[in-house]
Amino acid sequence: MIEFDVSTDAQGIGIVVPRGRLTMVSAPELRQILSDLVAQGTVRIVVDLAETTFMDSSGLGALIAGLKSARQGGGDLRIARPTEAVTAVLKLTNLDKVLRPRESVESAFYV
Amino acid sequence: MSDRPPLTRRLIAVRVIVVLTAVLGLNYIVWRWLFSVHWSAWWIAVPLVIAETYSLIDSLLFGLTMWRLRVRGEPPAAPEGLTVDVFITTYNEPIDLVMRTALAAREIRYPHRTWILDDGNRPEMRAAAEAEGIGVITRSADWVGMPRHAKAGNLNNALLSTDGEFILILDADQIPVPEILDRTLGYFTDERMALVQTPQYFTNVPESDPLGSQAPLFYGPIQQGKDGWNAAFFCGSNAIIRREALMQLGIARYAKEVEVGVRKALRTARTVLEEARENLEPGQDRIAEALDAIEHDVKRAQRELARGVALFDVTYRFQRRVDSVHRELVEADLDAVAADLAIIAELEALAEDPIDTLAGISTEALDRIAHRQWSPLGAVDAVRALIDAVDVGRAGEAQPIMPLATISVTEDMATCMRMHTLGWRSAYHDEVLAHGLAPEDLQTMLTQRLRWAQGTVQVMFRENPLTQRGLTITQRLMYFATMWSYLSGFAALVYLAAPITYLTIGVLPVQAFSVDFFVRLIPFLIVNQLLFFVVADGRPTWRGQQYSLALFPTWIKSFTSAFGNVFLGRDLDFAVTPKVKREDTGPRWDLIKPQLWAIGLLVAAIVIGLVRIAVGQANLFGSLFNMLWVAFDLLIFSVIIRAARYRGFEGDPAPEPAVAMRGAS
Repeated sequence: MIEFDVSTDAQGIGIVVPRGRLTMVSAPELRQILSDLVAQGTVRIVVDLAETTFMDSSGLGALIAGLKSARQGGGDLRIARPTEAVTAVLKLTNLDKVLRPRESVESAFYV
Repeated sequence: MSDRPPLTRRLIAVRVIVVLTAVLGLNYIVWRWLFSVHWSAWWIAVPLVIAETYSLIDSLLFGLTMWRLRVRGEPPAAPEGLTVDVFITTYNEPIDLVMRTALAAREIRYPHRTWILDDGNRPEMRAAAEAEGIGVITRSADWVGMPRHAKAGNLNNALLSTDGEFILILDADQIPVPEILDRTLGYFTDERMALVQTPQYFTNVPESDPLGSQAPLFYGPIQQGKDGWNAAFFCGSNAIIRREALMQLGIARYAKEVEVGVRKALRTARTVLEEARENLEPGQDRIAEALDAIEHDVKRAQRELARGVALFDVTYRFQRRVDSVHRELVEADLDAVAADLAIIAELEALAEDPIDTLAGISTEALDRIAHRQWSPLGAVDAVRALIDAVDVGRAGEAQPIMPLATISVTEDMATCMRMHTLGWRSAYHDEVLAHGLAPEDLQTMLTQRLRWAQGTVQVMFRENPLTQRGLTITQRLMYFATMWSYLSGFAALVYLAAPITYLTIGVLPVQAFSVDFFVRLIPFLIVNQLLFFVVADGRPTWRGQQYSLALFPTWIKSFTSAFGNVFLGRDLDFAVTPKVKREDTGPRWDLIKPQLWAIGLLVAAIVIGLVRIAVGQANLFGSLFNMLWVAFDLLIFSVIIRAARYRGFEGDPAPEPAVAMRGAS
């Protein structure tokens, strides 16, 4: 199972933490969370992947959909601290070439 | 690869004949090229030897396909607990036809959810489905004003609103048997298995099959042969697909296409800026500075990409910079905001371009944009919109991720090839598990065949399998073989012209109809037919052979129209295949005019040939040989007359082939 923690930091950056396995079953929920954030005006979002034990391509799809809404809202979506399993999926699809994972949540919008 | 098919007696026989065919065929064709082309009559001699070479390559590719004929036999048991979505795709088929399929799908034994994907968004379809508790999926709001991509778009849309691990795709007329999932899900215990295709079999076809609807050789030995090389094809319906494979494909394509698209857009942006600078008027110093600033950013973005900086970082920074330049300009001079509204229209047109992948945005389309008469301020807007169009969001697409390929009117082949390039496996399970409806009139049949051929040729032009990285050599050849076979239309023209030329004006395309000639040709023809016979293993193949030549105008049109579409940006005249019987208005001779001309010319050639023999102008043996050839051509073409006279299906369907586990023993 998976849980999503959603919070907003002092700079107004939205932070989403998926805890557990991010798969085709949970991807629609993540997509919804991200699109709700943007709709509420939080257009800068960091998805913290430190506790995402596994991610499939549907999970990646939800991230890209979120990235699209964030950019359309004039902001951006960054990913941070991917686990080894998630890094492997990013590499497999070559997504790491376009979407660079950040080393920390705090600095995600500054490096 | 570990799973080679077992060496059965049939397979040994097939391999022996394949080797014989190759040896005899090569022996014949080399001799033809080197020693027997009648060069003084080159205008017919050269086309003939080329057509013969074409046919030999076709036959060698067929032999390679059969080399690993893989009969999978009894399927592995379906594991419990998998989640499956059954998708029934429809656009305009009658409600009761769709419902019949949907109700049968609901009765599939293995636990699953059934969905009707109604691209026609018909309220009465929804009402009928919901009355039976069957879900309906229609396009989401994201698709408004975006390219729809027909069936591929319909499926891509549904993929995002469902979450089953596996997807069974059914055309609206393909009624599944309750065991369809029990018989196929077992193959997916192999974690790399992405696709299991089962046959498409039609119940409204008489045994004589005048329209050549059944494809017993394709849904059988050909698919089994491709399967042996891990290249079993996806055929659009009656297939089970692993969602993860499709999604991974979508993501991988996305990453690649965004990158190609952004690089192209940056190049175009520089041209736009240069042209805008030329249009600067004296006193527009602020704008000149802005153009310089943006050009600087474009160059920097290009440099960063070349250095391997992650693409989304580059585009994000770039967009911000252009935004701020733009803001400054607007603040400085509000009057100058009279930017071309046409820019917006132009970029929208770009999004609707039939070449719908980012990577595929045509150079011409970008050039058109680059060389418009840009006002300097308009250029700033244009550069911004240009990058937007191809960046992360794929402004011109409903969904950034498009798992099913949209590069072709038939989404199946391209999708399958891309899955194979990512290392996924596919299987062909030779058991009829759904019963469908074939076209019942000539016109619909011709439309359908044209569409299949066009789709295949589009893929060949856009993503030539021979150059796809990630495919094994034999996988490349398996895809190429299918494309190659559609070239038969051109060969057919030559095979018609050669005997007619000989019988009417006595021009010989070969040096002589000598012993040397026949001793090489005849054994090859015999082993070639023998290969068909052994491979077919009792399945009827004659209709298929007839139609591969008799539909030559369709095959030729598929090439010319796909060429025009891919390289010249022309419309393909795409049509959905109707599933219902059309009004009977008598035989449609008008649809087969080229074939009727061909028949007329063949008959005339025989008459003239006889006259020429009678008056002693012609060589008796050569004439008789060519008359035999003409007679064979006529026999081939006779099927098209039958097809034109066919009045639709009445009575009992042909007995279902006992294909289930043929040859498994």
